[in-house]
Amino acid sequence: MDSLFQRSLDDIIKGLRHQQAGESAFVSKVLEEVRREIKSTDSHTKSTALQKLTYLHSICFVDMSWAAFHAIECISYPNFTHKKVGYLAISQSFQESTPVILLISNQLRKDLKSNVEVEVSLALECLSRIGNLDLCRDLTPEVFTLMASSRIPVRKKAIGVVLRLFGKYPDAVRVCFKRLVESLESSDSPPIVSAVIGVFCELASKDPKAYLPLAPEFYKILVDSRNNWVLIKVLKIFTKLAPLEPRLAKKIVEPICELMSKTGAKSLMFECIRTILTSLAEHESAVKLAAGRINELLIDEDPNLRYLGLHALAIVAPKHIWAVLENKEFVIKSLSDPDPNIKLESLRLVMEMVSESNVVEICRVLVNYATKSEPEFCNVILGSILSTCSNNVYEIIVDFDWYVSLLGEMSRIQHCQKGEEIENQLIDIGMRVQDVRPELVRVGRDLLMDPALLGNPFLHRILSAAAWLCGEYVEFIRNPVELMESLLQPRTSLLPPSVRAVYLESAFKALVFCLHSYLKSATSSDHSALGLSDPGVSKENHITPDSVLHLLNLIDMAVGPLSGSYDVEIQERARNILGFTELIKPVLSDSLHPQDERHKQQVEASKMVRLLHDTFSDELGPVSMSAQGRVPVPDGLVLHENLADLEAVCGSSLPASSATISFEGSHNVEGATSIFISDQKEESEPSSESTSLLAEHRKRHGLYYLPSEKNTEHHEANNDYPPANELKSELAEQSFLPKRKSKQVKARPVVVKLDEGDVLPISSKIPQAKDDSLSEAVRDVLLGNEADADTLTQKAAADSVIRKKGKEKLNAKEQEDDLDHMDSQSGTVQNPVKERSKRSSRKQNADEGDHGGDKGKQKRRHRHGKHRTREGVQNPPANVISQTPVPDLLL
Amino acid sequence: MIRFILLQNRQGKTRLAKYYVPLEDSEKHKVEYEVHRLVVNRDPKFTNFVEFRTHKVIYRRYAGLFFSLCVDITDNELAYLECIHLFVEILDHFFSNVCELDLVFNFHKVLVLP
Repeated sequence: MDSLFQRSLDDIIKGLRHQQAGESAFVSKVLEEVRREIKSTDSHTKSTALQKLTYLHSICFVDMSWAAFHAIECISYPNFTHKKVGYLAISQSFQESTPVILLISNQLRKDLKSNVEVEVSLALECLSRIGNLDLCRDLTPEVFTLMASSRIPVRKKAIGVVLRLFGKYPDAVRVCFKRLVESLESSDSPPIVSAVIGVFCELASKDPKAYLPLAPEFYKILVDSRNNWVLIKVLKIFTKLAPLEPRLAKKIVEPICELMSKTGAKSLMFECIRTILTSLAEHESAVKLAAGRINELLIDEDPNLRYLGLHALAIVAPKHIWAVLENKEFVIKSLSDPDPNIKLESLRLVMEMVSESNVVEICRVLVNYATKSEPEFCNVILGSILSTCSNNVYEIIVDFDWYVSLLGEMSRIQHCQKGEEIENQLIDIGMRVQDVRPELVRVGRDLLMDPALLGNPFLHRILSAAAWLCGEYVEFIRNPVELMESLLQPRTSLLPPSVRAVYLESAFKALVFCLHSYLKSATSSDHSALGLSDPGVSKENHITPDSVLHLLNLIDMAVGPLSGSYDVEIQERARNILGFTELIKPVLSDSLHPQDERHKQQVEASKMVRLLHDTFSDELGPVSMSAQGRVPVPDGLVLHENLADLEAVCGSSLPASSATISFEGSHNVEGATSIFISDQKEESEPSSESTSLLAEHRKRHGLYYLPSEKNTEHHEANNDYPPANELKSELAEQSFLPKRKSKQVKARPVVVKLDEGDVLPISSKIPQAKDDSLSEAVRDVLLGNEADADTLTQKAAADSVIRKKGKEKLNAKEQEDDLDHMDSQSGTVQNPVKERSKRSSRKQNADEGDHGGDKGKQKRRHRHGKHRTREGVQNPPANVISQTPVPDLLL
Repeated sequence: MIRFILLQNRQGKTRLAKYYVPLEDSEKHKVEYEVHRLVVNRDPKFTNFVEFRTHKVIYRRYAGLFFSLCVDITDNELAYLECIHLFVEILDHFFSNVCELDLVFNFHKVLVLP
């Protein structure tokens, strides 16, 4: 009765398509219907309902796990259509966690044994999609039988299922492997061969070593087969195997080269190229051939082929850079290709080609491209330039002046979004490379002067770097007054508070410098110092009294209003400056007018100024990554809770050195002050900074100076420094031993490197858990099979087992019995081994089997021991009802 | 190794989705949306392979349908392109001159094919 009014699948689909809106309402209505119908006992109703549900599940992602049991009922119907619907539903919706999955084991078994080919196919497919450990274990024998079936499609599918079996239930290897290998040789049916090769390809990608003994078979197929698909897969297998066995590599080079030259199929050719380049890279002639082919690919019309050519070049690049250089023009031309994929590949290749000699040229070309291309790609180019050049502490850069000016140029590119990285590099270079500081300062000054840049949000970080640099190395500036004007210009109000704070600080430093040089020149002129020329002050720094006054006024005007600002940093620094100017002004203004007491005032003034100047002229160096770890923990400080919080916030991405606290001599006192400093700095950090991962990292690493520096007595003054968090966390401990002395004029300037702590320690990756049991099993089978072939022939029995549902453990126990048998009879194995080796059709395997037979035996015994204990724990002793039908596998 | 096969039309509707790796439903939805966005915006002159998360998507457009295959990085792209074509030919043969509607109304038959 129900079926009369039941809507068919077609109706549902049509209905859904006609829905303009309210699709979800329609879907829920259908779902209601389905729930009702599916409970019916009529097979037709049920299967139609299930079909509709499957449709909804795959298109609208409706959950159908509640219908699991109904699906199981469906597959038990004799009618093939209903069965098909049931199996489809199961394949689509069952997962490992579905509770009722064990119930289908019986049904699957029945279907696997059925005579109707299509039913068998259905069952096989279903098993391959959803097979879990229990199912696979139960059904291994059936699949094994099917692997020998006479119907080719069935055999093929059985072979395909074997992959899943092996994956889930490694012991299936013992049962099925031999048949699998036999099928490799069945040259009469290419579909079988391709199926088997497919399986081996997948298996080999996971663990190539275990399949090395099968290399001869693969070689035969490589040489004989005409089927391109098979050849491609065999090549893939060899890619994995060749690195493990040099003799193998030598042997396959010939056929592969031949294939490559003869084949018309581009896919096969590409695979050959790929194989040669990845694993046969030592064979120069092969590589040359491959390079020739790549050339052809590169000039082809089809963008696919060009992309593949570039890809192949990328593979070969690390070892055979000559191949890449040959095609240099083409690579550069591809940079302007409309396809983003091709562009990316060629960019990567260009980066590979970079070396000391051509870095200037390449960067120039790339920057050219960057200005012409769209924003995203432009940034990719800039990013890659930045990262390549800064690799290994600027290894490839010889001419830092040029690089610094390049950085400046990059900042001006319209779409540049790499502000942070450029900022990092500018400051980093400033700290490490002394000789380039004048150039740095010049670039910084240019950036600061330009009022247009202030409006660009991406550039703020760079501007802050520029300001910091100018402040820090102000002695190299030609016209400090001009600098101060640009630092204090009204447009700086466009800047975010953190950057403005840096500006203020730099202005302070510049002011101090000006005053210092003014006073110095004043006093030195007083002392008629014709011979006393201050080495640090160049002639152009001559500060007139007027300019000093001008500066002081400027500060009043610009900084005065800031003293009431809401931002903590700005307010503090503004007040610092203003306080200082207030102190100095009365003293100076007297001295600026010619008077008698000028001298005394000047001395006072200069004392103050000199104090600050000394502070500011302390050189800041890079800070080590592990500096934080070196601090001795003062007594009262408990670190536990803090670190635990950080773990929760930051996860495992922070370096492991964070947790190690090492003690350094007797620096406790200084350690304490240093911690005090860092605490203070933490408090004064701008509140506007986001509490992101970076902020946390900065707090722990960025503010650390080693006690050996002279900072401890200036710790109040230290607060005036821009927080070293500007320097980010890639800074390292200052080493006073430059690695190289520059003798010539144009030689590479000294780059301060570090003994350690330049880069974040790479946390060791947890190696991926390989499928050890599978590879062991395979190895056992391949190397030690002859040993127990004899014993198992005795145990071959017909398949007449009465198994109740849920007695999977029985199977395991029976296997255990097998192992017992095998072990007890291992003593008689020696003779059969030799006989086996004569009888065995595959000589090579036998040789290896002989050789490894003993080893394999021992390994196996050990393994069985493990097996036994493992299974003994799991299984309650059950009565063995009938002999195990573990079929004869290793004949 | 093929991870999934997707057939989508230009509007983003999935006509067929076959997954060979376990994925949550919400994940599947997200993946389909992303692949569609990735594939539909590409010029016909561009390559047929795109990088997608840690895998590759190889796609081909037949009339109004995009056939996308997601495979591992190390797989041979050209071979899979041929695979797609083979699949299309099979569909054509099976439905004799297949069109999108055929796929819509016979999804259960199509699902078993790959």
